[in-house]
Amino acid sequence: MTPKVHEALVEVVSNDAANADYRLLHLAAPDHILDCKPGQFFQILCPETGAERPFLRRPMSIYGWDRAQGRLSFLYKVSGAGTRALAGLRPGDRIDVLGPLGRGFTLAPDWRRLLVLARGVGLATLAPLAAEAQRRGLALTAICSARTPELALSLDRFRAHGAEVRLVTDSDGTSDPARVRALIEDEIAGPGVDAVFTCGSRRLTSLLQEIAARHGLPGQIAMEQQMACGLGMCQCCVRPFRRDGRIVHDRVCREGPVFPLAEAIPEAAA
Amino acid sequence: MTDLTTRIGSLTLANPIMPASGTFSAELGEVFDLSCLGALVTKTVTEARRGGNPTPRVCEIEGGMLNSIGIPSKGIDAFLRDQVPLWRDVGAPLVVSISADTAEDFARAAEKMTVPGVAAIEANISCPNIEADGHAFAMLPDTTFEAIARIRAATHLPLWAKLSPNTGVLREVARAAEAAGADALVTTNTALGLAIDVRTRRPKLGNVTGGISGPALKPLALRMTWQAASSVAIPVIGCGGIATRDDVLEFLIAGASAVQVGTATFRSPALMPRLIREIEEWCDAQGVARLADLVGSLAPADPAPHDLVPEPQS
Ligand SMILES: Cc1cc2nc3c(=O)[nH]c(=O)nc-3n(C[C@H](O)[C@H](O)[C@H](O)COP(=O)(O)OP(=O)(O)OC[C@H]3O[C@@H](n4cnc5c(N)ncnc54)[C@H](O)[C@@H]3O)c2cc1C
Ligand SMILES: Cc1cc2nc3c(=O)[nH]c(=O)nc-3n(C[C@H](O)[C@H](O)[C@H](O)COP(=O)(O)O)c2cc1C
Ligand code: FES
Repeated sequence: MTPKVHEALVEVVSNDAANADYRLLHLAAPDHILDCKPGQFFQILCPETGAERPFLRRPMSIYGWDRAQGRLSFLYKVSGAGTRALAGLRPGDRIDVLGPLGRGFTLAPDWRRLLVLARGVGLATLAPLAAEAQRRGLALTAICSARTPELALSLDRFRAHGAEVRLVTDSDGTSDPARVRALIEDEIAGPGVDAVFTCGSRRLTSLLQEIAARHGLPGQIAMEQQMACGLGMCQCCVRPFRRDGRIVHDRVCREGPVFPLAEAIPEAAA
Repeated sequence: MTDLTTRIGSLTLANPIMPASGTFSAELGEVFDLSCLGALVTKTVTEARRGGNPTPRVCEIEGGMLNSIGIPSKGIDAFLRDQVPLWRDVGAPLVVSISADTAEDFARAAEKMTVPGVAAIEANISCPNIEADGHAFAMLPDTTFEAIARIRAATHLPLWAKLSPNTGVLREVARAAEAAGADALVTTNTALGLAIDVRTRRPKLGNVTGGISGPALKPLALRMTWQAASSVAIPVIGCGGIATRDDVLEFLIAGASAVQVGTATFRSPALMPRLIREIEEWCDAQGVARLADLVGSLAPADPAPHDLVPEPQS
């Protein structure tokens, strides 16, 4: 086995607020850690600060990467010890990242039209899929769900990569499952959909699973679970999946974080 | 150039650095070439297939973590079929960790594991079992003796006994393992701990309690290593919280002939090869000819000068 996962000390280029809840971290990264795929993640060793001493690495989806410019970026929600420590990083600081890790999204050669359904930090995970779709000349519609329009992230990222964006929010009632269902059904009946992609939200997962099953559409879902090693060694990140008529336990860091949508168990989804 | 080789009974390891059971698998080969390690130690396997504990299975604590992974195992047959051949080309000796609920099951597991390609057996006698009412074999000298003696009779392979910090009679347990025929002791497995989320008042782990590992465990593991090494004639392998070159040196000085690195690999996956390099550099710089010269080289405590002044007569 030749080494292909790397621990690298990289420099912070910028680390600014993207909106009230989220921050965008841009890193100057060496080329050997930039052989990435959409849906993969890095394990970030969050710095120790006066107030925070996060011990374990934190898994973060790759939000973007650029080999020509040597850039790697993450979009994170400030919530606990690790992300609070990340929020204090300034340009020029260095952090230790490990990756790229896990199995990302896969695109079948005969797919033409993709549908993405995402909410919250899942938008960070799914954004790189828009870039990949554009590179391959595929059409992509992104239904982005958020509490308020101000919190909807990455809409510009999706649009910049040629995606059709539909924003639904709790504040105007459009994120209600019945309305989202109608949007998806319209998309399937109208332009057509070859595959669906989602992440995170339990409600959206059940909804999309049901629609995909009914229309016989393939789907993929990015899952989250607490991690220690991120490499497949410790077995702490397992989740149950339904496969071949029985329940199996897979490691989110290794067999995932992207899984076939039909196998996900929504009660167990993040 | 320092001679880094170290002898663990009949086995000679190229250097004293090896992974700790449960914190290592072939996937680490994606980070560095595993053949540089002194030995390879596998996750504990049980004879029959079994599931692990409920999630969350880990949480962080100040200076370390708790885990309640349990021993999810595909069983020994699957291990012999899928794992043993996988390691054949790596070069470093393969140490397989086994566990069982009874001394008899332990013996059967050891017998099955006695195959070409396996260099030694590490008996994880530090997790709960049925015969001792849920206590680990390694809690008491007589249950330790019973398990190790049964395993000893079932295999000719070098046998390492992995001890538990949850015992109050470590020296007696260490001597019992030696008397029963263990070739080496490993000090130590995790210490049982608990963490609570004050907001929800729930335990942070799905299994309520879990094992403490990482730097928080180090002083306890180092004390055990020193106590064990000064109680038995067989080699002791130190384990618990090792994360730096000086941590390794402390364990060697305390009496360990080799060390295992666990949790630190989660924070820094490339740590083990770095430790090998740093130990070699340190020994060269210090003029230490053989690593073995360091083992058990603990000097007597140096009392502070005021302690030497006689107490005034009353
Ligand atoms: C594959 C993957 C990709 C992720 N991508 C992102 C991302 O792009 N942006 C982002 O903000 N977050 C992401 N997360 C969640 C992220 O890892 C952090 O756990 C979360 O941001 C909270 O960390 P904290 O240290 O601030 O919170 P703390 O409360 O200090 O976290 C305590 C522990 O719980 C774990 N934890 C808490 N929430 C989660 C969660 N949702 N999933 C897994 N573990 C969790 C932490 O890793 C840590 O070990 C991802 C998780 C996974 C598994
Ligand atoms: C996630 C995890 C899983 C473990 N699994 C096992 C195991 O299967 N068998 C075993 O003997 N020890 C197991 N251990 C204990 C370690 O081998 C080691 O004894 C302990 O973690 C102390 O060393 P450390 O502080 O370097 O991690 C495990 C530890 C961790 C953190
Ligand atoms: S995080 Fe260790 S196996 Fe997935």
